[in-house]
Amino acid sequence: MAQIGSFALLLALALSIYSFGVGLLALFFPGDPLWERLGETARRAGVVVFGGVFLAAVALVVAAFRNDFTIAYIFHHSNRDLPGRYKFATLWSGQEGSLLFWSLLLAGYGFVLRLRYKTDPRLFAYASVVLAGVQIFFLSLVNFAANPFGLLEGPLRADGSGLNPLLQYPEMVIHPPMLYLGYVGFTVPFAFALGALIMKYPGEKWIHITRRWTMVTWGFLTCGIFLGAHWAYAVLGWGGYWGWDPVENASLMPWLVGTAFLHSVMMQEKRGMLKVWNMWLVFFTFWLAIWGTFLTRSGMIASVHAFAQSAIGTWFAWFLGISFAAFLFFFIKNKDHLKSEHKLESLISRESSFLFNNLLFVLLCFTVAWGTWFPKISELVQGNKVTVGAPFYNRVAIPVALLLLILTAVGPLLAWRKTSFESLRRNFAWPTLGAAAVMAFLMITPPSWGGPFGLRPWQDISYFYSLMAIGLCVLVTLTIASEFYRGGKVISGHTGQGMFASLVQLTHRNTRRYGGYLVHFGVVVVIIGLAGAAFNQDKESEKGMDYGDKMTIGSYTLVCRSYTQDDGPNMASEWAVIDVYQGDKKIDTMNPVREFYKASQQASTKPDIRSSLKEDLYLVYEGQNEKGLPIIRAHLNPLVMWIWLGVIIILGGTALALIPNAPAPVRIAVPARRMEQAVPAVTGD
Amino acid sequence: MLTRPKQILTCGLLSLAVFALTGAGDPATRFKELGHQMMCICSCNQILLECNHVGCPDSDGMRNELMAAVSRGDSDSLVEQSFVQKYGPTVLAAPTKTGFDRTAWIVPFVALALGLTLVVMVIRAWKNRPTPAIADGLRPVRGAELEQFRDQARKETDL
Repeated sequence: MAQIGSFALLLALALSIYSFGVGLLALFFPGDPLWERLGETARRAGVVVFGGVFLAAVALVVAAFRNDFTIAYIFHHSNRDLPGRYKFATLWSGQEGSLLFWSLLLAGYGFVLRLRYKTDPRLFAYASVVLAGVQIFFLSLVNFAANPFGLLEGPLRADGSGLNPLLQYPEMVIHPPMLYLGYVGFTVPFAFALGALIMKYPGEKWIHITRRWTMVTWGFLTCGIFLGAHWAYAVLGWGGYWGWDPVENASLMPWLVGTAFLHSVMMQEKRGMLKVWNMWLVFFTFWLAIWGTFLTRSGMIASVHAFAQSAIGTWFAWFLGISFAAFLFFFIKNKDHLKSEHKLESLISRESSFLFNNLLFVLLCFTVAWGTWFPKISELVQGNKVTVGAPFYNRVAIPVALLLLILTAVGPLLAWRKTSFESLRRNFAWPTLGAAAVMAFLMITPPSWGGPFGLRPWQDISYFYSLMAIGLCVLVTLTIASEFYRGGKVISGHTGQGMFASLVQLTHRNTRRYGGYLVHFGVVVVIIGLAGAAFNQDKESEKGMDYGDKMTIGSYTLVCRSYTQDDGPNMASEWAVIDVYQGDKKIDTMNPVREFYKASQQASTKPDIRSSLKEDLYLVYEGQNEKGLPIIRAHLNPLVMWIWLGVIIILGGTALALIPNAPAPVRIAVPARRMEQAVPAVTGD
Repeated sequence: MLTRPKQILTCGLLSLAVFALTGAGDPATRFKELGHQMMCICSCNQILLECNHVGCPDSDGMRNELMAAVSRGDSDSLVEQSFVQKYGPTVLAAPTKTGFDRTAWIVPFVALALGLTLVVMVIRAWKNRPTPAIADGLRPVRGAELEQFRDQARKETDL
C-alpha cells in the first residue's frame, strides 16, 4: 500500500505541475490552435489529479484496515481493535493524513470545476491554473515534507499505538471533513476572483458562477465549526462548547471574513460597487484558511489541539508569502478595472448597512487574530508570555457582536440607495416596541422563575449582554416575521390563497432573499443559546455517590442506582447508572462514562446529556473517590439546545438560498372585449 | 440639606449600589469568579474551574489553594498576585490592565472606533462623488420624477 500511495501522490504532483505550467502557457497564447489543444490537455490533467490523490487516500485507508503497521502514520494513529469507522477516520486523524485529505478535497473541487468548464472556458481555464498552483503546494507537502506513507523504522510492531481517545467519538468522523470542505472550498471562489482579476473579466458573471460554490463552502464551514463545538461539549466534559482555543479561532477567522464576503458580494451584484473590497475579502478568506493551518501546525501558538510541531510551518509561511505577493501584484496591475459603477447616496441605505456589516465582521476577525497572536507579541515586547483566554474574548468580541445583531435587524429592511425616515418608522416601530417590552419583562420578573428571568443589567456585565442579546434577537425575529407577513399578505391579496400557501410561494419566488432571512433567524436562535451561558453560574454540583445516594441540582434529583464496568478489546469502561427525578417522577436514566483506551493507554470521559429547550442536565463521571464511590459532577446549562437548533436552521436557510427561484407569474393585460369572447372557448361546454 | 431632586437621585444611586453589590462578597461567588479568571497550568489550555481532563495533576490542588485563599478573606488582587508568583503570568486567563498588557484591551476598541470613522468618511466621500457617466442618448432622472420611479420600483420589488 505504501508504494501504491507514494506513487499515486507523485503522479498527482506531476499532473498538477503539468496542469499549472501548460495551462498557464496556454493562457499566454489565446487563439493559437496548438496552445488551445495543449490547454485542453492541461485541463484534463487537472481532472486526473483527483484520481491520483483519491488512489493515495484509498491506499491509506486500506492500510489502516489491513493494520499495516509498517507505515509509520498507521502505527501512530490506529490499532488492531480500533472500530472500523475510526479506522476510516485515520485518514484525517494526524498531520500527514489530514494534509492528504486536504489535497483530496482540493482535487475533488478541481475535478468538478474542470468538468463544468463550458460555462465560460476562458475564466474556468484561469481558475483551473490557480487551483493547480494551490494543489502543487499541498501535494509537495505530502510528497516531501509530511509523507503519510513514510515507513516505520526499527522492528515490525505487532500493534499500533491507537487513535487519540478524544477522537473516538462519532462526530469526529464527520466534523473534520465538514471543516475541511469549508476551508478548502474557499479556494474555488478565490481562484475565480484571481482569474477574473488577471483577465480583467468584464461584468459580474464570475460572481454569479461562484455564488453557489461560496455558499456551499460557507455552509460546510459553518457545519464544521458547530460540529466541533458540539464535540467539545459532548466529549471534553467541561460543560462548555467554545474555549477560544487558537485552533477554534483559526476556523472562526475565515468564517467571519467569508460571511462578510457573502454579504458585500451583493453590493457588487446589484450595484456594481465594492469590487476592490470584495477581491480582498475573497483573497483573505482563502488566505486565512491557510494561515489558520500554519498557526496550528507551525508550533508558534500553543494549543490544546496537540498537532505536531514540524518543519511544515516554514512551507506554509512561504506559501502564504508567495500567494500574498502574487495577489498583490495582480491587484496593483489591474486595479483600474475594479472601479465602482455607482456612487453611494445616503448614510441610511442598504449599501451603508453592508459597509458597516463588513467592518464589524472584519473587525471581529481582527480581534480574534489579535487575541490569538497577543501572547507571542507580548513575549517579543516584554519578554514574558501572557494568556489570552475566554474572559478577554468575551469582553471585546461581545459588544461588536451586539452591533452586528443590530445590523441584522436593521440592514435587510433598508432600501437600496436611500431609506426615508417614514419607511424606517413604518418598518421598525412595532418590532422595536416588541423588543423593548420583552426586555422590560425579563428585567422585572423575579429570578425565581428560572431561565432568563430577573436579568438585572446593572448587577453584572454578562447580564447586560444577555439582556441586550435577547432584546436584539426579538427585534431581528420581529423584523423578519414582518417581512414575511407583508410579502405573504401581498401575494394573498393578489391570488386569494391562504397565508401559509402565500408564504411558501413568496419564499419560492425569491429563495435567496428569504433563505437569507432564515439564516438570520438561525443566528438569532444560536445567540439565544449562547446568551444562556450567563445563567449557569451557580448550577454545578459534584459528589461521590454510593448506591441510593441523592444529589439535587435545579429541579432535578439524581439518584445513584449502580456502578458498572465493562471490558472490550479496544477499551475498558466504567459508568454510573443515575436515575433522574423531577419531583417524585422518574424521568430518565443517565450513564456518564469514563473510558480507558488500551492501545494508547489514555483515558477519556464521555458525559451524558439530557437536553431540553430550557436546559441541559450534563453529568460527568469523574472517576472514583478514595472509598471507591463514583464521583459525579452535574452541570445545568440553560438554553444550549437552542445553539444546535439554530445551526440546523442556518443550514436549512443556506440550502433554501441555493434552490433556484420559481418563475414569477407574468400578468398579461387582455382587453375586456376579447376576454368576453374568450370566455366560452376557455370554459368549453 | 439636600434638595428633593438630589434626595431622589441619592436614593436611586444607593438602591443601584445595593443591587450591584448584592452577593459580591459571597465566598462561593468569589471562588467562581476568580476561578474563571485563571487557567489550569496542566497545559490543557482550559479555564481553571472548567479543566476536567481525567488525571489532571494540577487543577485539584489549584482549586483547593484558591478556595483556601478566598476563605481566608484575601483580596482578589492578592489572590491573583500569589497565583502569578507561584505559577507565572500565564495563570491569568486574560492580560492584566497594566503596562504593555493594556494594549491587548485597547487595540480592538481603537480599531472599532477607527473603523467606524473610516466607514462614515468613505460613505461621505462616495456621496460627494460625481455621478458616473451614462451612455449616450440617456438623460439622468432627478427630483420628483426620480422619486416616482423609486416608489414604483419599491412597489414592484416588494416581493
